[in-house]
Amino acid sequence: MPQTFRIASVGRLDNADPVRFTFDGKSFEGLHGDTLASALLANGVHLVGRSFKYHRPRGMVSAGAEEPNALVGVHRDAARRAPNVRATVQEIHEGLDAVSQNRWPSLSFDVGALNDLASPFFSAGFYYKTFMWPKAAWERVYEPFIRRAAGLGEAPDRPDPDCYANRFAHCDVLVIGGGAAGLSAALAAADAGARVILADEQAETGGALRYETGAMIDGIPGWDWAQAVTAELVARDNVQLLTRTTGFGYYAQNMVGLVERLTDHLVSPATDQPRERLWQVRAKRVVLATGAIERHMVFPDNDRPGIMLASAARSYLNHFGVAVGRNVAVYTAEDSAWQAAIDLKRAGVSIAAIVDCRPDPQGPHVEEARRLGIECLTGHAVTGTAGRLRISSIKVRPASGGAERSIACDALITSSGWTPAVHLFSQSRGKLVFDAETQCFLPGNSVQDLTSVGACAGTVDLSETVAEALKAGHEAAGGAARKLPKLSADSTERWSGGMLGAGEGAGAESTAKAFVDFQNDVTAKDIRQAVREGMRSIEHVKRFTTTGMATDQGKTSNMHGLAIAAEMLGKPIPEVGLTTFRAPYTPVTFGALVGHGKGRLFEPVRRTPMHDWAEAHGAVFEDVGQWKRAWFFPQAGEDMHAAVARECRTVRQSAGIFDATTLGKIEVVGPDAARFMELMYTNPWQKLGIGRCRYGVMLREDGFIYDDGVVGRLAEDRFHVTTTTGGAPRVLNHMEDYLQTEFPDLKVYLTSTSEQWAVIAVQGPKSRDIIAPLVEGIDLSDEAMPHMSVREGMICGVPTRLFRMSFTGERGFEINVPADYGRAVWEAVWAEGEKHGACAYGTETMHVLRAEKGFIIVGQETDGTVTPHDAGLSWAIGRKKTDFVGMRGLARPDLVAPGRKQLVGLRTRDPKTVLEEGAQIVADSQAPIPVPMLGHVTSSYWSENCGHSIALALVAGGHERMGETLYVPMPDGVIAVEVTSTVFFDEKGERTNG
Amino acid sequence: MADAIARASALEGRFLNDEGITLVRAEPATRLSLRAPKTAVKSLSKALGLDLPQRPKTSTAKDGRAALWLGPDEWLVIDENEADLVGACASVSAFHSAVDVSHRNTAILVSGPRAEAVLNAGCPQDLSLDAFPVGACSRTVFGKTEIILWRTEKDAFRVECWRSFSDYVFMLLKAAARDR
Amino acid sequence: MLLIHCPYCGEDRPELEFRHAGEAHIARPENMADMSDEDFERFFFIRSNPKGIVYERWRHIHGCARFFNAARDTVSDRFLTTYKAGEPKPDLGGEGA
Repeated sequence: MPQTFRIASVGRLDNADPVRFTFDGKSFEGLHGDTLASALLANGVHLVGRSFKYHRPRGMVSAGAEEPNALVGVHRDAARRAPNVRATVQEIHEGLDAVSQNRWPSLSFDVGALNDLASPFFSAGFYYKTFMWPKAAWERVYEPFIRRAAGLGEAPDRPDPDCYANRFAHCDVLVIGGGAAGLSAALAAADAGARVILADEQAETGGALRYETGAMIDGIPGWDWAQAVTAELVARDNVQLLTRTTGFGYYAQNMVGLVERLTDHLVSPATDQPRERLWQVRAKRVVLATGAIERHMVFPDNDRPGIMLASAARSYLNHFGVAVGRNVAVYTAEDSAWQAAIDLKRAGVSIAAIVDCRPDPQGPHVEEARRLGIECLTGHAVTGTAGRLRISSIKVRPASGGAERSIACDALITSSGWTPAVHLFSQSRGKLVFDAETQCFLPGNSVQDLTSVGACAGTVDLSETVAEALKAGHEAAGGAARKLPKLSADSTERWSGGMLGAGEGAGAESTAKAFVDFQNDVTAKDIRQAVREGMRSIEHVKRFTTTGMATDQGKTSNMHGLAIAAEMLGKPIPEVGLTTFRAPYTPVTFGALVGHGKGRLFEPVRRTPMHDWAEAHGAVFEDVGQWKRAWFFPQAGEDMHAAVARECRTVRQSAGIFDATTLGKIEVVGPDAARFMELMYTNPWQKLGIGRCRYGVMLREDGFIYDDGVVGRLAEDRFHVTTTTGGAPRVLNHMEDYLQTEFPDLKVYLTSTSEQWAVIAVQGPKSRDIIAPLVEGIDLSDEAMPHMSVREGMICGVPTRLFRMSFTGERGFEINVPADYGRAVWEAVWAEGEKHGACAYGTETMHVLRAEKGFIIVGQETDGTVTPHDAGLSWAIGRKKTDFVGMRGLARPDLVAPGRKQLVGLRTRDPKTVLEEGAQIVADSQAPIPVPMLGHVTSSYWSENCGHSIALALVAGGHERMGETLYVPMPDGVIAVEVTSTVFFDEKGERTNG
Repeated sequence: MADAIARASALEGRFLNDEGITLVRAEPATRLSLRAPKTAVKSLSKALGLDLPQRPKTSTAKDGRAALWLGPDEWLVIDENEADLVGACASVSAFHSAVDVSHRNTAILVSGPRAEAVLNAGCPQDLSLDAFPVGACSRTVFGKTEIILWRTEKDAFRVECWRSFSDYVFMLLKAAARDR
Repeated sequence: MLLIHCPYCGEDRPELEFRHAGEAHIARPENMADMSDEDFERFFFIRSNPKGIVYERWRHIHGCARFFNAARDTVSDRFLTTYKAGEPKPDLGGEGA
């Protein structure tokens, strides 16, 4: 299909570089460098979507990021289906597949358009008022209906296969916007030697110079200057120039978030090439050169395809070489739209008329338009349009009233003036000040180190813009000592005039649809209605009408909405207030925010040195925090239950080998080490002999258990402390906190050695026999190395800290070896173990065996509200101690009151029934609801060694309830349980020496 | 008993050599987490044959041995010749804590013109030569984990991390290296 | 992301390296055993949480690992100053409350 609206003689694209793409399945041709919007327009396509609420046909409004209407889906493949892509931003590439949204069955015939006919029912606040009652209908009727009818594009239903990148960056000067102002600022800053980052959202820098043919800088046309300066900046080492990069968020202390789009414009990006890159830039100084956004005119039926902003028509013409129509009408309240008409006329496009609502606009452009023979209807208004899927005519009448006249056209370009893009300035917490003369909010005082230059600061004259931008860049770079650079700039462009609010025909009495916010279908009438219904602040009006709340965040509409509300309220605009600008400036993909942190990089996965061995031996792993721990080692034909039962039996009959590497370890060193330990743990430590171990309990200041673990004393001034796996970092933080801030005079230092040591637990009656042949220099006899002792020596020729300790109740050892030796030592131990019928066991068996012995697991038996007394650990509290963290807390009235939940054992009446962990416990299963609950099951397992199920539970007054029958109500029946001691196996504890 | 076992470090055999960036696992080394008040710095420096740096973010290095300032009373001492660092400090009687962490850490050498940018994919610090000159070192974050970063040359860094995090750190470096 | 000046490292460092550690200048009493319940409540549970200037503890946990103190304005989220643990509350002139 030929590009019939492409004018070969204008524009900057290469006519010999065609690109084929499809829209709604139909094939089109565009040129390399086109956006989807410009390429469709080149083919005469304006209709690209249906509006959100009324499903009205819509076309391109803008040529840039502010686009409210032209949202499409872009489908690269089955998984890459990006919804709500602005056609004005998406560059075309060979094979690009775009589809329209929010229409069914087709774009040109859409059933949802009935909403438009029914629009009296869909006025502002409709949803709030209508779908309130009955309550039950919301879920079943209203919401599904609204969801089907509303909504924009469809979210992809597969995981995003693309990767995304992140970059932290620092610079002296960050410039946002690469138009005349931004480039000048970057140039001056770079000249002064600063590290500069310049970001521009377009594929090419230049900004408004893209269409401002009347601009001359440094003696050459503005666009050419922009490209020359860009090339110069790119070549410099101290400048990073980023195109296709949007500054979307301005955060504290000059941290600015940028998203760089890397591959959306490429035909077939490499699969490992990031699609987008998030830049988190910390700038010493920021120069905002974000320009201004043109506003449309608000008049009846101002939303038909073919109606667009005047500057957009100029971009399409002067840059892309595309005429937006063959017979274009103009409706404006300011000067720059006249230039658009002149540009179009000179390019051979017929201008139906220029309608200017101002009574007597003056200037060279007016004269030029008249000279070109364009009909100029000043003091007139457009009061309506016609055309089903494309504008076909406008209705025009004198502003003062009088006869309406119809003028045929196939496009209407409008302008009601320019809104400075103060979004980032506002996000930086700078105050905006309303300038009554230009009817603009402009940057006031900055609270961060930033300067706004050019159109976003209200400067419209090109030569002033360039001068102030050079100065800003120069000063931002600290270039005071050097000479301020100068550039000549001159422009015939005029940006004066403009109006806010509704035009003729869309006044207070009008029921016409004069759109303010295209994307959310908010009309001038809706805003007036909001005020009539009592909304006084713009914040209320916004929420009631949803104006400015769509994905475009009201870039083209907010000022109109504000002006209409102000007019209705009879207040000046600044008194009605401006809604707060928030990040992001334009929508940002989740992918960009996630960056590298997905898939395998979502979170670190920590593995022990023995992990691969366990994997090779069939281990099933469980996640314990970030660690992967071997859960159980099923043999052929075994399920988890069978594997765990076998492991449990084997450990108590011969021995088991267990990877305990993940336990936290802290080395406490210094002459005051024992004193410090006394303060951090409930236990006494001063008298613990060298080479001996003790089970320690750590509390928080409030008296509740925080952590526990076995501690070995290696020397007078050196302790080897172990912590729970999950508790390792916070326990070290807790200890450092006290050491640094409460006890800074103690001579002691803490070092994490969690990962220095691989830990191999060998537990069971054969444990000593297994390790004996491997150990050198340590006497393993019960006399020389009793239960709860630690020795340093050698194993398999490498150094070890050998603990004699037991978390199973069996004779046991924990072999600590430097981590890089862990696997080899493990294999040696395994080889010995096999001779004795030992097994490898995992965390599940570890849990069962310790529960058989009534050993608690912090975080399972405790939940931050359990004291040592509650847990049956009163014996671990040093009676003679005068202070330790938590000592005072333990004496709090609530912690000594009777009836506290205490740890007990539970035996089910039916030995085969295994309780559910977390199940509630009651005294009387027949009691009326609400049944008083006594506590809950904290641990519960089948115990192969006991031949019955076992459970631990926290039960109110539990220690006084030994032998009582309690009940565990479950959905399929009540389970009777007997309260028992927490020790189910080897109550006398003889097996540690067995 | 059998001969001493060879060290089997994490990241065995992992490397990446791409345009402008090389990632290599560092050779095994001995490491010391050294904690000491000012009073012991002189004697420890003497015992180690290396002046313990006193200024934040600085390091000293000599003959394959380096001391990295981590905090006002904390250094990481690395010996690439696997010398006995604990033994070296044993003679110092002034109060200090010398804990062997040779196996706790794994190191990755990141080098090439793109090294700085690759590290900045996960490290929020300013790594320009002005802010982070050759010899600079710092404990910091890299993505979702903690590292110690040491610039050994203009285009070369040593990244020390805990053993079990080394897989994550290497994978993140590799992913960042893909971002050209 | 804030920049926080670490008084031990002597430079501004990214917030990611730090961890907040609660209100500052609450010393653990030396006579813990003798404290009344009311005093313990005030010491352990009650925090001022004002709107405006707060004195709080931070730890440069992924940096030099030191705990230190900061004065921060909770309205503007600005750090007014940071100082080493154990140092007295700084005089903030007119800004301090």
